[in-house]
Amino acid sequence: MATNSKKISGLSRTLLSLAAILLAASIFVPLWYIDLDAPQYPEGLRLLIYPNKLAGDVEIINGLNHYIGMQTLHEENFIEFTVLPYIIGFFAFLALLAALIGNKKFLYFLLVLFIIFGIVAMYDFWKWEYDYGHNLDPNAAIKVPGMAYQPPLLGFKQLLNFGAYSFPHTGGWMFIGSGVLMLLASIKEWTKKKA
Amino acid sequence: MKKIINLALIAAIIAAIPFAFNSCKPKNAGSAVSADAAQKTYVAPGKYDEFYNFVSGGFNGQMGIYGLPSGRLFKVIPIFSIDPENGYGINEETKPMLETSHGFVPWDDQHHLELSQTNGEVDGRWIFANANNTPRVARVDLKTFKTVEIIELPNSAGNHSSPFITQNTEYVVAGTRFSVPADDQNGDVPINTYKENFQGTLSFIGVDKETGAMDVSFQLRAPGVNYDLSHAGKGKSGDWFFFSCYNSEQAHTLLEVNASQKDKDFILAVNWKKAEELIKAGQGTKSKVRYAHNVYDEKTHTAKSEIRTEVPVLDIRKIKDIAYFIPCPKSPHGCDVDPTGEYIVGSGKLAALIPVFSFDKIQKAIADKAFDGEFDGIPVIKYEAALHGEVEKPGLGPLHTEFDGNGNAITSFFVSSELVRWNIKDLKIIDRVPTYYSVGHLCIPGGDTKKPWGKYVIAYNKITKDRYLPTGPELTQSAQLYDITGDKMQLLLDFPTIGEPHYAQACPADLIMKNSQKIYKIEENSNPYVTKSEAETKVVREGNKVHVYMTAIRSHLAPDNIEGIRVGDEVYFHVTNLEQDWDIPHGFAVKGANTAELLIMPGETCTLKWTPDRVGVLPYYCTDFCSALHQEMQGYVRVSPAGSNVPLKWGIGSTAPGGTPTGAAADKDAAPKADSAKK
Repeated sequence: MATNSKKISGLSRTLLSLAAILLAASIFVPLWYIDLDAPQYPEGLRLLIYPNKLAGDVEIINGLNHYIGMQTLHEENFIEFTVLPYIIGFFAFLALLAALIGNKKFLYFLLVLFIIFGIVAMYDFWKWEYDYGHNLDPNAAIKVPGMAYQPPLLGFKQLLNFGAYSFPHTGGWMFIGSGVLMLLASIKEWTKKKA
Repeated sequence: MKKIINLALIAAIIAAIPFAFNSCKPKNAGSAVSADAAQKTYVAPGKYDEFYNFVSGGFNGQMGIYGLPSGRLFKVIPIFSIDPENGYGINEETKPMLETSHGFVPWDDQHHLELSQTNGEVDGRWIFANANNTPRVARVDLKTFKTVEIIELPNSAGNHSSPFITQNTEYVVAGTRFSVPADDQNGDVPINTYKENFQGTLSFIGVDKETGAMDVSFQLRAPGVNYDLSHAGKGKSGDWFFFSCYNSEQAHTLLEVNASQKDKDFILAVNWKKAEELIKAGQGTKSKVRYAHNVYDEKTHTAKSEIRTEVPVLDIRKIKDIAYFIPCPKSPHGCDVDPTGEYIVGSGKLAALIPVFSFDKIQKAIADKAFDGEFDGIPVIKYEAALHGEVEKPGLGPLHTEFDGNGNAITSFFVSSELVRWNIKDLKIIDRVPTYYSVGHLCIPGGDTKKPWGKYVIAYNKITKDRYLPTGPELTQSAQLYDITGDKMQLLLDFPTIGEPHYAQACPADLIMKNSQKIYKIEENSNPYVTKSEAETKVVREGNKVHVYMTAIRSHLAPDNIEGIRVGDEVYFHVTNLEQDWDIPHGFAVKGANTAELLIMPGETCTLKWTPDRVGVLPYYCTDFCSALHQEMQGYVRVSPAGSNVPLKWGIGSTAPGGTPTGAAADKDAAPKADSAKK
């Protein structure tokens, strides 16, 4: 039994495999979206953030940004779009590995690493939002004293005539879902040990 | 005393007469509108109408697009007339659209419209329009709502029975209201030789199934009478076309009297399928003519005009078994075929009844040779042999008939100014309702197809008089909307129309709106003068021609400073709208231009020709309020005397001639330094 207690259950292995599949699939769908609404844009503008690219109304948003002196968005300015697919792929691989070797400690290690990565990723996202929202061209046509245009990390924020909504997209929910699955597996194994 | 009392009484009665008569006057139209009319036509702000209504513009050469049931005007599409509002027919790209064998013709009289059909039902792809004066047929693309093709008709005059189509849009027809000596004959003949020398022509314009491209496939040469209106058969009569004809008297002067003598004129039934086979078998003769074919390319945003010189012609007076005359009372106008294809309604303008012909009976009459002799080589079917029946005492001056899809027809009456609904089978009158005033055409959505949407009928009136606030001698034209879903037709709404409305088409909005294009993709723009980014903007001199490759994006025109232009130069501003965003057009105008403005849609390139006539600095600017900094969207062009050696320079911001850095966002992408050594 002693050797068995280091191994995780079949259910946990299934949960980890599922987490691996979700992570692998999330590479190909948008992680996050920022929706912008304004009186002139009743149909809304949408910025889609994929692990490897930007999509949606990028050109239109870039066209509007110059009025307030915001920098234009270009994929090549972000190292994230190069490394993110690999990192997510790496985590998918680790989750699969955890399911295969079935070692509890490895599972806890994976969970902690994944949570740290999640926090770092959100901090990175916040940082570039901050940079774009604050680092403005001093010669911009529209200057509102004290106004910054940092989009919300999560939720809604009014930026002049634009209402900005920022939420996870399919990939984001898959990412979060895989984290939840790892957490469930960990809780199950942890409580079993206690028992 | 008694006498005095009697006199007073008589005086009182006489005095009362006018009041008595007054109270006998019919109630005015205000009281003819029932209480729920407002509710039925109210389309709340931000909500869409249920139907598109495409209405011919008559003598303005344009087409108006309205919503039903609100009657709101959305857009006016120039087809046969130049339009300074958007530069149609004036800018370099669209000028070729109005070329004809007579040269550039900037105006026409646009009477009838027909939406393209598949299996006899509206498919919402294109709408065809006729030009009556200088005979032409146009095709408007309903993705972009632009006139994309115009074809001239040789051997023709008064292109009135047009542009009616076959049930799968195989052909658009064009019949001549004015017979004339054909183009390939000597036209220098005395006018009173009408009977010998004047010909009618029925053109069949083939339409490509996929692209809509038009081609005059063949023409039928026909007796010299006036071919007024037409409609194709459908279903079982789908191989046939029917044309109303008047002036079988063949009068050439005072037609008002001389063309109204005979008790009956004709409806001409033509088996177009047979005519097509004969043409394919090489039976046509090649007529040497000249006619223009103009095509607007939606990728280059540029029209091309070419002159064609040949058309195959079949003379239906010489070829048997493809055309028959059916007698029809008193100068027939409308010629309408019911949704089943069995009944053909002829509307004699001066008749006191409406004859309804049966397709089956016509076929039987042809098989039985139930003819009443010939007219100019064409067999005349016996009236009774073709007749399904007559609508008795329908009203005065029947003009046009549309169908509600429930077995009923509604006919417009010009003289008695009313719409009359009657049953097609038993020919009994069901209901009548007045129009204000003198209705011409009428329209039920899909009302001339196999599948009408019988919810409304719209009357297009010829006279408005007291219906609107007066605007001097020239009054607005008008349409009236009626609800036809109940037993009684109910007047809902008057709405003004542009030009003079003749025929109109309507269809459910979702057939069209789902295809409506929002922008032109800049990467697909293959205009030879396109400028796809500000970095590519430039000014090129070729002798006295100067080409300005300009871009427009919120909120600047690049370049916005140009020097080195000389008096006498021909300057071509090729302006590309770099926007790829919905509803962001830019305009372009330059002081002293003898042309018009440009109105450039996102991703489009348009060219304005400008010939500066004086030395000075002349401004140009964006005319469409595009953005918060629209007022800043302007530029200057310096014009020097002829022969001046001021170097050609251009730029924007830091690249402007002698410019200082301004730090504007535009700098980053702006054009490279001007190079005066270029030339």
